[in-house]
Amino acid sequence: MNFFHFIMQNRGQVLELTLEHLWLVGVSTLLAVLVGIPLGIMIARWPKWNKPVLAAANIIQTIPSLALFGFLLPVPWLGERVERLAILALTLYALLPVIRNTYTGIRGVDPAVVEAGRGMGLTDRQLLFWVELPLALSVILSGVRVAVVISVGLATIAAAIGAGGLGEFIFRGLAMVNNQVILAGAVPAAILALLADTSLGWLERRLRPQ
Amino acid sequence: MESTAANDLAIEFRDVSYTLPTGQQVLSGLNLEVRRGQTLVLLGRSGSGKTTTLKLVNRLLSPTGGEVRVNGLAAGDVIRLRRSIGYVIQEVGLFPHFTVERNIALVPTIEGWPEERIRTRVRDLLQIVGLEARMASRYPRQLSGGQRQRVGVARALAADPPILLMDEPFAALDPLTLDELQHEFLALQQQLSKTVVFVTHDLREALRLASRIALMEAGRLVTVLPPRDFIRSDDPWAAAYVRAFGVGPASAASRNEDRNAS
Repeated sequence: MNFFHFIMQNRGQVLELTLEHLWLVGVSTLLAVLVGIPLGIMIARWPKWNKPVLAAANIIQTIPSLALFGFLLPVPWLGERVERLAILALTLYALLPVIRNTYTGIRGVDPAVVEAGRGMGLTDRQLLFWVELPLALSVILSGVRVAVVISVGLATIAAAIGAGGLGEFIFRGLAMVNNQVILAGAVPAAILALLADTSLGWLERRLRPQ
Repeated sequence: MESTAANDLAIEFRDVSYTLPTGQQVLSGLNLEVRRGQTLVLLGRSGSGKTTTLKLVNRLLSPTGGEVRVNGLAAGDVIRLRRSIGYVIQEVGLFPHFTVERNIALVPTIEGWPEERIRTRVRDLLQIVGLEARMASRYPRQLSGGQRQRVGVARALAADPPILLMDEPFAALDPLTLDELQHEFLALQQQLSKTVVFVTHDLREALRLASRIALMEAGRLVTVLPPRDFIRSDDPWAAAYVRAFGVGPASAASRNEDRNAS
């Protein structure tokens, strides 16, 4: 009761913080896709890069998010604007699922299909864009989906360094020892995660080759 | 061995060897010639080097020793070479996200044929391999094994390549479909006279389809003989094959009649 009351009273701010949250998640996911997919393609083609790239992405993933924000704070250009820093940190976290699924998706394409394509005289580029990527698309997308869901949760912590988003309510609520305020941040964040998960999951099924 | 003019040879292997990076020798001392319009069947058991030999022709593999000449050339643009060689494999390898039509049209499309010509070509090819025109809009998953392999053959023939490589194309088919496709292969070959290299471990298939049979064992070429000589051969490996398949000279004669009849 009180929770809904609080949300309605502060709906302007809830909306604003939700949009901020979406912005953080959207930009960082986009960057992670732009960097992660080419990296995934690279390690699928030259497997000797496979171990170092995946290991690096794995290690980043093990750094606690608060610590990562802390580490990045003194970095010159990043530290000037906390959103930059938050976006970079979220991008780094999102890389692993994107890289790994791109790699798995491409390696998972039926070897007979690849051999036939090669034997028919497709160039590496034609093979990649006409055969491997389209057939790996649903697996890649499921990596993006995992990345988005992780980011929605992690982005709440960005408020700790003042980067905004729904985490603002959570941290404010913690400081005020007020559950309503915490929930005003946590519930919209959970809804965002669920929505992203369902819609990307739907898209993934649509794109899955039969 | 025969007095063949050099330009009569579509494919030549000159002292070819192939060694894996691990040091394992897959092929050694291979000398082999395929004349234009001939069907050479590579016969041998699994691991004898048949598929490796085939892949050396379209340079999916490169020889570690000796040279493989295709149309007299041992080097050149690999992509061009592959587009002038049809390639059919047992698993077919149709692109699952393309319709039958787009699968068949692939090489003509990347070669930049005009759309109308491609459409006509696809229609003709479907007829040649014995598929109804309405199959063009189907996806590979909607086809039976035999239909898929027919599409595979049509795709390989699409840009009218002079050479056709076939790696156990009919091995996964049921006996009736197998018989049908072998029969159609012979009819097609009579019509098109492609240079064909055909890999199989089935002696019956080899006897039925081959102009010459090249028997391979443990990475070496044992012997190259026309079918009627193969079954009478006193070569121990060839004799072992003839025994294992229970085909005598008599049955081979009837197969040759079938060949000539079609």
